[in-house]
Amino acid sequence: MRVDVKKTYKLYIGGAFPRSESGRVYELKDSKGEFLANPCQASRKDFRDAVVSARSAVTGWNKATAYNRGQILYRVAEILEGRTFQFAEEIVAMEGVNFKEAKAQVEAAIDCWVWYAGWCDKIASVSGSTNSVSGPYYNFTVPENLGVVTVFADQKSSLLGLVAGLAAVLAGGNTAIVIASEKYPLSAITLSEVLATSDVPAGVVNILTGYSAELAPWVGAHMDVDGIDVSGLSKKTEEEVRLAGAENLKRIHRFNQFQSLGRIQAFMENKTVWHPIGV
Amino acid sequence: MTNFEYAPALESTAILDIASQYRLFINGKFVDPKTTQYFQTINPANEQVISQVAFAGEADVDDAVKAARNAYEKSWSKLSAAERGKYLFRIARILQERAREFAVLETLDNGKPIRESRDVDVPLAAAHFFYHAGWSDKLKYAGLGNDPKPHGVVGQIIPWNFPLLMLAWKVAPALATGNTVVLKPAETTPMTALLFAEVCQQADLPAGVVNIVTGDGSTGSFLVNHPDVDKIAFTGSTSVGKAIARAVSGTKKSVTLELGGKAANIVFEDAAIDETVEGIVNGIFFNQGHVCCAGSRLLIQENIQDEVLEKLKRRMASIRVGDPLDKNTDLGAINSAEQLSRITELSASGDLEGAQRWSPQCDLPTAGFWYPPTIFTGVTQAHRIAREEIFGPVLSVLTFRTPQEAIEKANNTPYGLSAGIWSEKGSRILWASQQLRAGVIWANTFNKFDPASPFGGYKESGWGREGGRHGLSAYLKGEK
Amino acid sequence: MIVDGSESSLKSFLAGLPGVDQVGAEARAAMLATRSIKTTSKNWAIDTAISMVDLTTLEGADTPGKIKALCSKAVRPDPTDPSVPSVGAVCVYNDMVKIARTHLDSIGGKHIPVAAVSTAFPSGRASLAVKKQDTQDALDNGAGEIDMVIDRGAFLSGQLGQVFDEIVLIKELCGERAHLKVIFETGELVTYDNVRKASYLAMLAGADFIKTSTGKISPAATAPVVLVMLEAVRDYFAMTGKRIGVKPAGGIRNTKDAIKQLVLVNETAGPEWLNPGLFRIGASALLNDLLMQRMKMRDGYYASPTYVTLD
Repeated sequence: MRVDVKKTYKLYIGGAFPRSESGRVYELKDSKGEFLANPCQASRKDFRDAVVSARSAVTGWNKATAYNRGQILYRVAEILEGRTFQFAEEIVAMEGVNFKEAKAQVEAAIDCWVWYAGWCDKIASVSGSTNSVSGPYYNFTVPENLGVVTVFADQKSSLLGLVAGLAAVLAGGNTAIVIASEKYPLSAITLSEVLATSDVPAGVVNILTGYSAELAPWVGAHMDVDGIDVSGLSKKTEEEVRLAGAENLKRIHRFNQFQSLGRIQAFMENKTVWHPIGV
Repeated sequence: MTNFEYAPALESTAILDIASQYRLFINGKFVDPKTTQYFQTINPANEQVISQVAFAGEADVDDAVKAARNAYEKSWSKLSAAERGKYLFRIARILQERAREFAVLETLDNGKPIRESRDVDVPLAAAHFFYHAGWSDKLKYAGLGNDPKPHGVVGQIIPWNFPLLMLAWKVAPALATGNTVVLKPAETTPMTALLFAEVCQQADLPAGVVNIVTGDGSTGSFLVNHPDVDKIAFTGSTSVGKAIARAVSGTKKSVTLELGGKAANIVFEDAAIDETVEGIVNGIFFNQGHVCCAGSRLLIQENIQDEVLEKLKRRMASIRVGDPLDKNTDLGAINSAEQLSRITELSASGDLEGAQRWSPQCDLPTAGFWYPPTIFTGVTQAHRIAREEIFGPVLSVLTFRTPQEAIEKANNTPYGLSAGIWSEKGSRILWASQQLRAGVIWANTFNKFDPASPFGGYKESGWGREGGRHGLSAYLKGEK
Repeated sequence: MIVDGSESSLKSFLAGLPGVDQVGAEARAAMLATRSIKTTSKNWAIDTAISMVDLTTLEGADTPGKIKALCSKAVRPDPTDPSVPSVGAVCVYNDMVKIARTHLDSIGGKHIPVAAVSTAFPSGRASLAVKKQDTQDALDNGAGEIDMVIDRGAFLSGQLGQVFDEIVLIKELCGERAHLKVIFETGELVTYDNVRKASYLAMLAGADFIKTSTGKISPAATAPVVLVMLEAVRDYFAMTGKRIGVKPAGGIRNTKDAIKQLVLVNETAGPEWLNPGLFRIGASALLNDLLMQRMKMRDGYYASPTYVTLD
C-alpha cells in the first residue's frame, strides 16, 4: 500500500505561497465529518500584506492591453481544464456531491472564466459611450479599473462562485484579494496554484483562507481597498463591512448572478473626457 | 470719465412675485408644515430677507414620502413610459418659458452672478429635463437589461451651489426612469425649488410625483432614514456623504453620492497660454468657486510658471466682483456667512503655512458675504489649502517638472471628481487623461457640463454618475 | 533682438509662439460680448468709437464728390451737434488721397489723417516694384497713414521672410511721414494660430498698427480674431515696451458691434489702448448708427435715419 503525499494548503500572496504570519490553521472536515486538511487561518496582517501586493500590481496589470489581459485570463482557463479531475475530487470531498456533479461544477466554472476573459477587450465598447454634448466638444466616457477589490467568495459553492467573483474583478482590470469560502476553501488554494503557473502577474490575485467574519471588519476599514464583493458574507457581516467601508466610500456590492455584465461594471469607474473641437 | 468704466447694468427683479411665506409642496399642493416653523432665506449679497420658508420635520417628511409612495403605486407607475416622458418635456418647456424668472430668483437666493444663472444654470436645467424626457420610453436601450425597473420612492438632497441645476440633475432622471421624488433643497437656497413646484403644477404633473420639503440637515436626515424610501441621491460634502453611507449600511436602500473634490488643473509647457488662463479663471472663479469640481489646485510646469502667473494675475485684475444682479458681474457673493468663515479660515491656514497670497485690488461691498479672487503661490502638497476643499474663490498654485510628477501630485488626494489638462499635444492629453484618477477630465477646457455627459467621481468624490446613459443606472435596478 | 532678420530666426520665433485654442478663444470673445454697457459708459463708448472710426470708402465707383462728402462728414459727423468728435481718419484708394487731403485741409480737418490702402490692395498680388510705387505715390499725395496688405500667398506657403521683408520695405518708405497699418486679411489666413503669427511677424517688421481685413472678404473683423490680435499687442508690449495699435475692419456695422470691440480692447489689451492712437475701427455705415444711438442717448427716444446725413 502506498501512502498518499498530502498537500499542505497555504495562502497565496504576491505570487508566493506563505503560511499565515499568525501560524494559525483551522481544521477542515469533509462532508462526512472526517479530517480533510489544515488550511491557513489568515490574519488581518496577512490581509494587509495582500493589499500591499494587490496595490503594487494595479499599474502593471493595466499597462497590459485589454487584448493581452484577455489572453492571460483565457490561458488560466486552459490550465483549469487540465486540472478538472483534481478540482472535481476536492469538490467531492468538501461538498459531498458525486463526481459527475462536481465535474459539472468545474466545467461551469471554466466556462464562466472563459466568458469573463472574453470581456476584457469588449467592456469599453459596451460600457463606454460617446456623448453628444451641446457644444464644440468631443466627449466620451470610458470604463476604467477601480483598483484593489476584495472578494468574499460565495460560501455555497466551491469553485463556481469563486471564479465568478474573481474573474469579473480581473476582467475589469482590477487586482484582487479573495477570501475563500470557509467551508470549501480547497478549490481556492488549488486555483492559486493554477494562477501561479499561468501568466497572471504576481500580486494581481491574492488568495486568503480563514474566517470571513473575522477578516471582514479589517477589509471594510482598510483605506487602501477600493471595492468589496460581499456575496460571500452574511447580511449581518455585510452591514458591518458597509458601515466601516463608508469611511473611504468603498464600492460594496452583493451579486446574485454568476455571469453578468453588471458584475464587471460594479467594480469599474466611468471616466468622461471633454476636448474642444477646433482648427 | 476717462476710462471705460461700466455703469451698473442691473437685471430687474420686477419679473419676480415673491410671497412673504412658502409652505411645503406635498402631494401636488402647498401645505402648512406640521412643525408650524418657518425659517428665513436671505440674499447673501446684501443680507436682506427674501422670504420665510417652511421647516419640514419628521412628520412632514413622512407625509411627503407617503405622497410619493402613493403616487408611485397609483399613478406614476401606471403611466406608459411615453406619457411619462411628455410630462418631462412639458417641464423643460415651462423652465424655458420662465427662464428669466428662475435666473433672477436663483441669483437673489444664491448670490451667483446673473450672467451665470441666466447663461448656465437655468438653460442647463431645462436641457436636463429635455434630455431625460426622451429617455423615458427608451430605457431598454440603456444597457441595463430589457426591462429595467425603477426603485420606487427616491429621496434627493441637493446643495446650495447650483440649486435649480442640481434639482434638475436629480429630478429629471428620477422621473424619466419612473421613480417618484421627495426633494430636500439646501437650507440657504430653497427658492427656485419652490418655484419649480409651481412648474410641476403648471405641467399638471400627477400629485405626489414630486414633493419638496424645505428644511435643514435634520430634514435631510429624516429623509435618509425614512424606512419607505428606496433610494437616496445626495449631492454635497464628503463628510455628509459618508454619514449617509453609514446611515443606510444596514438597509436595502440604493445610494448615489456626488461629493467633494480638489481637482488638479495641469498646465503643460506647450499649452495655449491665453485660453489656459481663461480656463484657470473659469475653473476656480466660476460660481465663486462654489463648485465641487472646481480646478482648485493649479499645477504649472515649472518652466512656464512665471509667464502663466503673470497672465493669470493680469486676468484676475479684470474680474468684476460685485452685485450679482449686475449683468457685468463675474464674481458674486459667497453663499452664506458660514461658508465665508470656512473660506477665510482655510485661507488663513495658507498664510500660516507659508504660502504667498495674492488678490487683485477690488472693492468689496460692505453688506453681504464677499471674498476676493485669491491665489496662493508657493503651495506644497502638504499644505491644507492643497488638500482640503475650500469651496471658494481661492486657488492653490503648485509646480511640477515632469509629466509623471504632475500626475502623481494630481492623484495624491482622496478625492477624484475632476481634473484639467492643458496642452497642445494630442498624445500627451490622452496619456494624462488615462493616468488621472478622476471621473471627469477636461482637456483644454474646464467646468463644462451637459445632460448627455456623465458626471461623478472616483474615490471619495462619490458613488455613481449623473447624466448621460450612465446616469440612468442610478435610478434603475440593473442586473448584477 | 527677438529675430535677427534671417528667415530662419523669424520662423523659429513664430513657431515657438503658444497656439490658440479656437473654442477657448471664441468662448472668451462670446463671454465679453455679454457685457452690458449702459448710460454714462455708453455715452463715453459712443464718442470714443466715433473718434476711432477710419471712415472708409473703397469702391470702384468712388468719385471726387463722394470723397469730399466723406471728408466733410469725417470732420463734423453730425453737423447739428458740434460736441460730436471728428473721426480718426478717412481711408481711401490711392488716387483719392490728394482730393481727400486737400478737401480736409480746406474745411478745418487738418488734424484728420488720410489713410491710403496700398501695396495692390486688396489682393496684394503685384510685383514689389508696383507695391513700392503704390505706396510712394500715396505718401507723395499726402497720405498720413498707409494701410498695406500682406502677401497672403507667401504667408500661407511659408515664405515668411518675403512677407517680413515687404513690410520692412514699406515701413522704410513711410519713414516718419506716415503710420503703417498692416492688413492680414484674416479671412484668408483662416486659423487663429496664423493670425497670431502674422501679428508678431508684422510687429517685428515695424508695423505701427495691425489690421484685420480689407473689408472685401468675409469673415473679417470677428471678435475672436480681434481678441487674438489684442493679446498679441499686449504681449508684444510686455516683451518690448512698444505699443502697437489694432484696427478691426469689415463687418462692424452698428453701435453694439463697436461697443463690443471696445469691451474687447478694455479687457484684453487694457484701457491704455482705448484711444484713436492705438485702436481704430475701419467702417463706413457704422458712423451713422453711432450717431443715431448718440441721439437716442441724448434725447431719450429712438432716432430715425432721416436725421443723419448720408455719405
